[in-house]
Amino acid sequence: MLESKELTKVFGSVTAVDHVSLNLEPGHVYAMLGPNGSGKTTWMKMAAGLIKPTSGKVLYNGQPVGIESRRHIAYMSTEPYFYPWMSIKDVGRYYQDFFQDFSMDRFHDLLNKMELKEEMKTKTLSSGMMAKLKIAVTMARDAKVYMLDEPFNGIDLLARDEIRACILQFAAEDKILLLSSHLVEEMEAIADSAVFIKEGRLIECVDLETMRQENGVSMADRYRQIYGHVEVGTNA
Amino acid sequence: MQFDSTRPIWLQVMGDIESSIVTGVRVPGEKLPGGRELAVIYGINPNTAARVYQELEKSGLCETRRGMGTFVTEDAECIAALRAELARQAVREFINKAGSLGLSKEEAAKMILEEE
Repeated sequence: MLESKELTKVFGSVTAVDHVSLNLEPGHVYAMLGPNGSGKTTWMKMAAGLIKPTSGKVLYNGQPVGIESRRHIAYMSTEPYFYPWMSIKDVGRYYQDFFQDFSMDRFHDLLNKMELKEEMKTKTLSSGMMAKLKIAVTMARDAKVYMLDEPFNGIDLLARDEIRACILQFAAEDKILLLSSHLVEEMEAIADSAVFIKEGRLIECVDLETMRQENGVSMADRYRQIYGHVEVGTNA
Repeated sequence: MQFDSTRPIWLQVMGDIESSIVTGVRVPGEKLPGGRELAVIYGINPNTAARVYQELEKSGLCETRRGMGTFVTEDAECIAALRAELARQAVREFINKAGSLGLSKEEAAKMILEEE
C-alpha cells in the first residue's frame, strides 16, 4: 500500500501540495485529476521519493519512500529524460542498467505494439513517438507501483488506444497504477477510482462504478462539478 | 465500444456480451476471453471486467469452470429467457417513444405492420 500522510510541499510562497492524506491499494487503477498546477506532479514526485516533502510523509508498505522503494515504484515524469544521441536500443540498455526489474523481452514486446523500432534515434522522434517510448520503457519494469504523469499528452487518438491496452495488460491484483491527466475522458473506462486534487488539496477519492450507479455521474461530470468552468479535455 | 460514462461500465459490457449470446455471435459452450483479455478488448479496468463475469455467472448465462475459464451456458432455456426479456425491453422502449409522440399502442402496432 502507498500511503500519503498529511503530505505537504511548499515552494517559497506557494503551497503546491497541502496536507494530502491518501491511501492507494494494490489491484486498483487510479486516475489522478486536476487542472495544470493543482499539485499532481509534485505529489507524484514525492511519492516516487524524488523530492522531499516540507512536512508529512509517504510510506510504501509501511516504510518511508526512498532508495529502497524506488526498486518497486516505476515513475514516468512529464519531462523528456533521454540523451539526444541515444537510440531506442540505448534507452533500453540504460534502463536495464538502472533497474533490476527491467525486462528486455517485455520492452521489445511493448516497442512492437507501439510501432517503434530499436534503431530509431531519440532526437528524431516525434512528440507522440517520444511519449510512447517513455511509456514502453516505464511499463517494461516489473514494478509493484506504476505512476505515469500525463501518459496521454501529445499522443494522437489511435495511439491512445494502444497505450490504454498496454497499461491494462499490466494492471494486476498486486499492482497499484496511478495515472495523472487533464484528459479526463481518456481515463473514464480504464480507471476504477478517481483522485481529485484542487489547489494542492485532496478533494476526494471515489470509486467510479459506485458513483455511476448511485448518482448517474461520470468522472468527467464530477470533474466539472469540482473545477467549475475549467475546460475539460484540452491538450497542453 | 463507446461507453455512456454516466452508467456503470460493467452493465454496458454485460449487455454487449448478452446480446452477442442471444444473437448467436457467441454460441452455447463457447469459451469467453479471460478477465484480463476482456479488459484489454473493451479497454476497461480489470476490476470492471471481473465484475462483468461475476454478474453474468449470477444471471446463469455463463459458468466458470475452475482453472479452465468462463463459458457461455449450454442451458438453452436460460438463453431463450434472456432473449425474450431483451425483446420485451426493446418493445417497451419503442412503446414509450411512440407514446411520447402521441401514438396509441394500437396505432403503433399498425405502423409496425405497415412498415416494410
